[in-house]
Amino acid sequence: MSEHLHLGVALDGAGWHPAAWREPGARPSALFTPGYWAGLARTAERGGLDLLTIEDSLALQTHDAFRSDDRTDEVRGRLDALLTASLLAPLTSRIGLVPTVTVTHTEPFHVSKGIATLDHTSLGRAGWQVKVSGRPAEAEHVGRREIRPVAQADLVGDGLPPQFVELFDEAADVVEVVRRLWDSWEDDAEIRDVATRRFLDRDKVHAVDFEGRFFRVRGPSIVPRPPQGQPVVTALAHRREPYELAARGADLVFVTPGYAGPAEQVLADVAAAAERVGRTGEPLQVWADLVVFLDTPTESGARRKARLEEVSGAEYTSDTTVFAGSAAEAADLIGSWHALGYHGVRLRPAVAVDDLAAITGDLVPELRGRGLFRPDEQAGSLRARLGLPTVVPNRYAAV
Amino acid sequence: MSRKQVILGAYLGGVNHHTAWWHPEAGSQIDFSSFEHTARTAERGRFDFFFLAEGLALRERDGRVFDQDIVGRPDTLPVLASLAAVTTHLGLAGTINATFNEPYELARQLASLDHLSGGRAAWNVVTSFDAFTGQNFRRGGFLDRSQRYERAAEMIDAVRTLWDSWDADDLAADAAAGRFLARPDAGAFDVKGNQFAIRGRFTVPRSPQGRPVILQAGVSPEGRDFAASRSDAIFSPYGSLPEAAEFYRDVKARAVTFGRSPDDIKILPSASFVLGDTEAEAQELYREVRNQQVTGKTALILLEQIWNRDLSGYDPEGPLPDVDPLPDAPPFIQGRALVQQDRVGTVARWREIAEAKKLNLRELVLDQFERGPFVGTPSQVAEKIDSFVQADGADGVIIGSHLVPTGLDEFVDRVVPLLQERGSLRSEYTGTTLRDNLGLPPLPANPGKAVS
Repeated sequence: MSEHLHLGVALDGAGWHPAAWREPGARPSALFTPGYWAGLARTAERGGLDLLTIEDSLALQTHDAFRSDDRTDEVRGRLDALLTASLLAPLTSRIGLVPTVTVTHTEPFHVSKGIATLDHTSLGRAGWQVKVSGRPAEAEHVGRREIRPVAQADLVGDGLPPQFVELFDEAADVVEVVRRLWDSWEDDAEIRDVATRRFLDRDKVHAVDFEGRFFRVRGPSIVPRPPQGQPVVTALAHRREPYELAARGADLVFVTPGYAGPAEQVLADVAAAAERVGRTGEPLQVWADLVVFLDTPTESGARRKARLEEVSGAEYTSDTTVFAGSAAEAADLIGSWHALGYHGVRLRPAVAVDDLAAITGDLVPELRGRGLFRPDEQAGSLRARLGLPTVVPNRYAAV
Repeated sequence: MSRKQVILGAYLGGVNHHTAWWHPEAGSQIDFSSFEHTARTAERGRFDFFFLAEGLALRERDGRVFDQDIVGRPDTLPVLASLAAVTTHLGLAGTINATFNEPYELARQLASLDHLSGGRAAWNVVTSFDAFTGQNFRRGGFLDRSQRYERAAEMIDAVRTLWDSWDADDLAADAAAGRFLARPDAGAFDVKGNQFAIRGRFTVPRSPQGRPVILQAGVSPEGRDFAASRSDAIFSPYGSLPEAAEFYRDVKARAVTFGRSPDDIKILPSASFVLGDTEAEAQELYREVRNQQVTGKTALILLEQIWNRDLSGYDPEGPLPDVDPLPDAPPFIQGRALVQQDRVGTVARWREIAEAKKLNLRELVLDQFERGPFVGTPSQVAEKIDSFVQADGADGVIIGSHLVPTGLDEFVDRVVPLLQERGSLRSEYTGTTLRDNLGLPPLPANPGKAVS
C-alpha cells in the first residue's frame, strides 16, 4: 500500500443531494453546458485531486434506486460521461478522467475504443467506471432484452438476486474483452518504415478472438494501444458479486463503508472476494466513497445538510457514509479509514460547486498538513499517480 | 441574387492510400495534437465544419491486416468532443454507422456532443451490411444488405424522435419554485418499427441545435431520395461539371418533392488539393504525390479489390492481369466499402480503357482511382472552387490534404483569403451553431408544443 492516500471526486449533476440544484451557487440551468463541467474539472485539478469520475446511465435518474418516477423537483438528464470527459481532456493536464460507461447494453468494441481514445487525448489520464445496468427502464431503451424489476426486499443476504448475477458475469466478460482490445496493438506496432513502405508491423497487431457465454468479439481494435497500456478500470461495489467483478477485472474498487458494513468489514469482504476469484498480480485498490457536506465560511456542514433536507422534505440517505462537518473532522474520518488500509477516498460533494470548493480549499490542505495526502503535484499518467505499474506487459507480445 | 457562400468542410486524411505517411513532415494519425492542429487551422480559415470518417474493422488482405497504408484511428465522437474544447465555431461532423449502434445510445452521444460544443454537432450516417466488420460486435453482422436503407431510415427517424422528445422549455431549472422539469414526462418516447422497438424517456435535454446536422452519401436513385428526404447535406461524388450540376439539380428537385426547400439540403463533394506557385509547378507536384500514393504494390491491392483474387504475381508496369475476377469467391480484401459492385463488367471496361489509352496496370489505376483534386496556383484553385459552386455544381467542398496534420495550412493561408476577397467565404463567423454556419433554417425550440 502506498504511503499517501489518494483522493478523487465523484461528479454528478449539481451534486449528490437531490436538492443541491436549488442552492444559490448551483447553476442549475448550466448543468448541460461545457463551461459548467470545465469549471468543476479545473477546480478539482487545482486542488490536486488524483481523479474525477462522472456518473452516467442509460436512463433518467430516479429518487429510489429501484423505481422509475416522474418527479420534477430533482435533477433529471445527463450528458454522455465519456464525451464529457473527452471535452475535459484538453482543458486539464494532471487530473485523471474516469467516466462511467455502461456495459450491459453496449458494445464492448465501442467501449474499448472510446476509453482508449480518451487515454490518447488526455495523454494517459483515462480511467473507466464500469457500470452494470439492472434497471428495466434501461433495457426498454435499447429494446433487445428484458430485465425484470427488482425491489429492495429482493436483496437479502450479501449476494444479488440470480438474474443480476448473470449480468455481473457478463460484465466480467466485457471487461476482459475491453482489456484484450487495448492490448490488441503492441506498443511498437506502428513502424512507418519508408524503405519497405510498411506503415505497420502486422505481426504486432492481434485478433482477440474472445468467445464467451454471452458474445463473441474478434478484434483487433481500430485504436492503437492507449498510452497507459491499460487505462485504469474502476467499479462501484456494495455486495458480493460486484466485489468479485471488481476483483476479477478492475484496478480499483469504490466501496461504501457504513452502508455495506463497518469499514473494516468492507475491506475484509473485498479481500475475500479477491481470494475467491483467485486474483493475482497487483492488489485491488480499495477506495471509500464519502458524501460530504463541509463547513463553508458562512454555514456549518450540519446546517447546510439540515437546510437541504428541509428543502427536499426528507432526511438524506445514501448508499455510503454521509459526513457533515469541518474539514478537520472529515480528515479525522478519512485518516481513520486510511489507517485501516483504504488506499483512497472518493468524495461525493453534496453540492457540487460548494463542496468541491471546500474540498479543494479546506480539506485537501488539512490532509496535506497531516501528511496524509501527497504534498506536491505530479504530472504523468493516471496509473503513475495511483502508484500502479506504469509499464504494463502486453498479453499478446512475444515473450 | 446575392453571391452563394462556399461551404467549406475539412477532412483529416486517414485510412487509405492517399494519406502520405511516408512524407518527411507527416505527423501522427492518432495523437490529439494532429486533430487539434487541423481543426484549429480550419477554424482559422472560417471553415463550416471538420469531418471525421470511421472504420470499425482494420482492413485485411487475404486474412492479414493491411500494412502499406495508414492503419488505425481514434474513436470518432470522443475526438470531436475533445475538439469542442479547443474550437469555438467550427462544426464537428462524425461518421457513425447505423448498423453497429443503437438509437438510444447514439442519439444521446450526438445530443451530448451538441451540448458540449454549443451546437456544432453533425452526424454522417452510413450503414453497413458487412459480416466481416460484424465480427467485432456482440450482435454481429445482423443486417442483410436489402435492409440497409430500412435500417438507416428507422435509425434516423428514431434518433430524431429522441432528440425531439424534450422541448427546450422542459428544462425549467426554477430553484425558487422547486421545479427542475416543467413537465413530469419530459423526454418520453415510443418507437416501433421493423428494426427497433424502444420506449421510455430520453436523458438529454434539447440540444442547442435542436437536432444535430445530418449528412449522408447517396448516388443511386434510392440513395438520392433517402438523402433528399432526411438529410441536411449530401456528399456528392461529382467534382466537376456537367455531371455535378445534374446531380445537384436532381437532388434539390427531389428535396422539393418531399416538401422541403432546395436550400434545406446542401450538396458537398470532397476533394484534395495541390498548390504551386505556377500551374506547371502544381501539376508537377501533383504527379509526384500520385506516384508516391500509387506504388506498384498499392496499384495491385487496389485492383485486387475488384478482381477479388491474389494479383501479387503481376507486374505493375505490365498489362492488366489476364485472369478473370472471382465475383463469387470469399472477399480477398476485407473491411472497406466496395468501389464497384459489378466486378466482371468493371474489368471488361478497364481492359478497353487500358487498350485505348495504352495504359499499363499502374497507369490504369492512376486513371481510374482519380479523385479529381483541385490542382493549380492559389488563385486558380480559388477560382475553380468558387466558379464550381456559383455554377451550381455544389454548395461547397470538403477539402483535405494528403499530408497530415499540416497539409491544410497552405490552403488556409493562400486560398481562403482569395475566396474571402471574392465575397464567397465569410471573414468572420456570424452565428454560433453549425446550422448557422450552413445557413440551414432554425428548428423549433419546442417541437412537442409545435405539434400539439
